[in-house]
Amino acid sequence: MITETFHIAGGNFSNAGEASSRVKKILKQLGVDQCSIKRTVVAMYEAEVNIVAHAWEGNMKVEIDSEKIRITGTDKGPGIADIEKAMQAGFSTASQQVREMGFGAGMGLPNIKNNTDFLDIKSTPGIGTTLIMINYFAGHDKPKHT
Amino acid sequence: MKAEQIASLINGKSHLCAGHNAIEFGYAFASDLMSDVLRTDSENLLLITGLCNLQTVRTAEVSDIKCIVIGRGKTSCNEMKQLAHEADVSIIESPFSVFRICSILGSNGIQAIY
Repeated sequence: MITETFHIAGGNFSNAGEASSRVKKILKQLGVDQCSIKRTVVAMYEAEVNIVAHAWEGNMKVEIDSEKIRITGTDKGPGIADIEKAMQAGFSTASQQVREMGFGAGMGLPNIKNNTDFLDIKSTPGIGTTLIMINYFAGHDKPKHT
Repeated sequence: MKAEQIASLINGKSHLCAGHNAIEFGYAFASDLMSDVLRTDSENLLLITGLCNLQTVRTAEVSDIKCIVIGRGKTSCNEMKQLAHEADVSIIESPFSVFRICSILGSNGIQAIY
């Protein structure tokens, strides 16, 4: 089991994506299949950008074993008032600054959902959000209950 | 189509990573919206964009895109070039609009992904 935790600073777009880049390198070194790497890194990058764009600060904990990767993103921030609405493509509360960086068009959470085998989002408005993503590598069946 | 040929067609200035001039690019996707770029899934894909910042490079890295064509006369800063080098992403800067770049590359055989 490999475990790494990355601190993500809210508002700091210069470093957004560093954690995802690091995880991509780790998965490549482990010889994980290309499809799983891409799906995982796309989902993680969107989640990382979400923390940078919306939260004050956060952490991403990455746990990798022989069959899967589990990423837990926890942030302190405004939270998500209506998760169901936030999951709809095109819904966004992003600032102009975020849009100028090429994000904030309401595709982040849908992209995360499309690129994960398991996704759970819990949020408390005014406190923050916790997001758990799990992807199973090629050749490993997804369990019915995770 | 090779990166140097692409650069030549669009009056581009290329910053190529080692070995990238051997890549045959057959497809392109044009967008300033990085979440749309993250939905692409093609090999040897060019990203054509007017967005010129560090997230353009990060998005290319995450999407396994080896070459970004930046239009509208924008130039990448040193920080971008450094990150692109580390991420194994080449950059071509063109003075042309994104539409003109798409038109030129399309008429020379580069295809859309959908």
